[in-house]
Amino acid sequence: MQAFVDQLIQQGYFQGTPKELVYAGAMLLAAFAVLSFFVAPLAGITSWLERRVWARMQSRVGPNRVGPQGILQWLADGIKNLLKEDLIPAAADKKLFALAPYVVFVGFLATFVVIPFGSRLVVADLNIGILYLLAVTSLVVVGILMAGWSSNNKWSLLGGMRSAAQIVSYEIPAGLAVLTVIMVAGTMSTQGIIKGQGWAPWDWYLFYNPFTFVAFLLYFTAALAEGNRTPFDIPEAESELVAGYVTEYSGMRFLFFFFAEWGNLYVIGAVAATLFLGGWQIPPIGDRPVLTAILQFVIFFLKAYFWVFVAMWVRGTLPRVRVDQLMSLCWKYMVPLSFICLLGTAAWMVIWPQGNRAASIAMFLLGVAILIFFFKRVSFQIRHARPELYLKPYI
Amino acid sequence: MRAFSAYIRNIFETVTTIFEGMAITFSHFVRRPITIQYPDRIEKRVQETLPRRYRGILEVDMDICTGCLACERVCPITCITIGIEADKATKQRNFTHFDIDICKCMYCGLCAEVCPTGSIRHSQEFEGACYNPAGLVRHFVTEPAPLYKPKKGGETDPKMAQKVDIGLKYLDEFATPEKPGGSGAEEG
Repeated sequence: MQAFVDQLIQQGYFQGTPKELVYAGAMLLAAFAVLSFFVAPLAGITSWLERRVWARMQSRVGPNRVGPQGILQWLADGIKNLLKEDLIPAAADKKLFALAPYVVFVGFLATFVVIPFGSRLVVADLNIGILYLLAVTSLVVVGILMAGWSSNNKWSLLGGMRSAAQIVSYEIPAGLAVLTVIMVAGTMSTQGIIKGQGWAPWDWYLFYNPFTFVAFLLYFTAALAEGNRTPFDIPEAESELVAGYVTEYSGMRFLFFFFAEWGNLYVIGAVAATLFLGGWQIPPIGDRPVLTAILQFVIFFLKAYFWVFVAMWVRGTLPRVRVDQLMSLCWKYMVPLSFICLLGTAAWMVIWPQGNRAASIAMFLLGVAILIFFFKRVSFQIRHARPELYLKPYI
Repeated sequence: MRAFSAYIRNIFETVTTIFEGMAITFSHFVRRPITIQYPDRIEKRVQETLPRRYRGILEVDMDICTGCLACERVCPITCITIGIEADKATKQRNFTHFDIDICKCMYCGLCAEVCPTGSIRHSQEFEGACYNPAGLVRHFVTEPAPLYKPKKGGETDPKMAQKVDIGLKYLDEFATPEKPGGSGAEEG
């Protein structure tokens, strides 16, 4: 991105303008493009797809009326929310209340700076990319606490407090799981981590050794908790807290929180794909830059979106955990396990500094075996249920 | 030691039960939803699938209504209002209005039971949604219309005879459960 702007400046496109101003303009343009052409449609379509997937898992239909198969439902919802009155409670801390959704939104949107969509398609390849990502996602906590506090409502405050406790706790296993990969890769740059992996599954860090495999599961669980997703959605638990920290919000401000939540799902998937699943790595196809760029983008998108689907799937499966269960899961199980993963990987790197290819392939085969066993269980469940099979995605 | 084995067992059970649960939800993901997409994406209108004795919104066949006011008197919540006026010149008695307030009606069926000709009866219709409660008051008389007088020795006009037959058949099925062949026998 910066190289591209430098090139434009050298070619003399912006003569007479200070360099910093050009950079600022380029950044604004990039943010606008990412927000309106990628993040907004993505978050919207994710919200629709989640409702459809979730509905099918509960033997329902889901929204299928607005547009073909309801695919424009998110537009209808967005327009409706735009037209709603923007209420601010009389007793609320008005400035904080108005500001909170934007803080949450910025915390989520800033992660897109380091997400590598392709070998050349990244806003900035920071050498501390993953650290930056963990840092800016923590900004979400500040926004949620602001929302919870400024609403002057006990539901909101409880939701905000729960959320803060939850996100701060789950940063630790998530950070340790990420650290495992950083140790193996030897770099914190997202591009560097992807370059350390190959296109083949056994070259992924997921199958590097048994510890990274567990670290991946830990990372995904912790990331779900950080994103306030079911089964860890106690900050907005409908049955206890009305809507948690968003209770007092209405209209577009309300939508911003959910915008961030659904967009954050994609960020979770993208980070999982970057760290563990080989990112945009594709088999060598010769010197075709455009095709390569497109294929890389598609591969990365699919890998990331698969985990979005898994998050929807988990939401359709697991019940919400209690606050004490949430904390004991984090501190008694996930933190020790992630330390074991970190130490195990460190020991592994001492024994096999170049990695162990036989172990990688064995781990890959284990992964395939788990998948096969999983689909055996699925077919068992299908045979023991009454409703008929219906493989078409539309209804 | 026991605490440690319980710890390991907890982890093991968490992973395996989540695995099994995910398999169950995935198997549901590939099944046909059991939702019926009422009202537009069903093969047959729901009204057509309802039994004839279904107590839907009341309807009145004004052609065979004798104006005996039995239904108005028996209605426990007076949702039926009938107005009858005699024409001074011709001595002909006419309906001025016959309104049923569906908002009030509780579908008890008493009016359909007492009707001598079976002109007031429950239809299969149940979709009464409208923007204004006034729209739920059904007006069966738009302009003054004569009362029906049953003729001695049966109906001669074939069109009217058909209507009388429908009314009597409804009475037989709905309002007289004791009689053999009535609804009481049907339910066993």
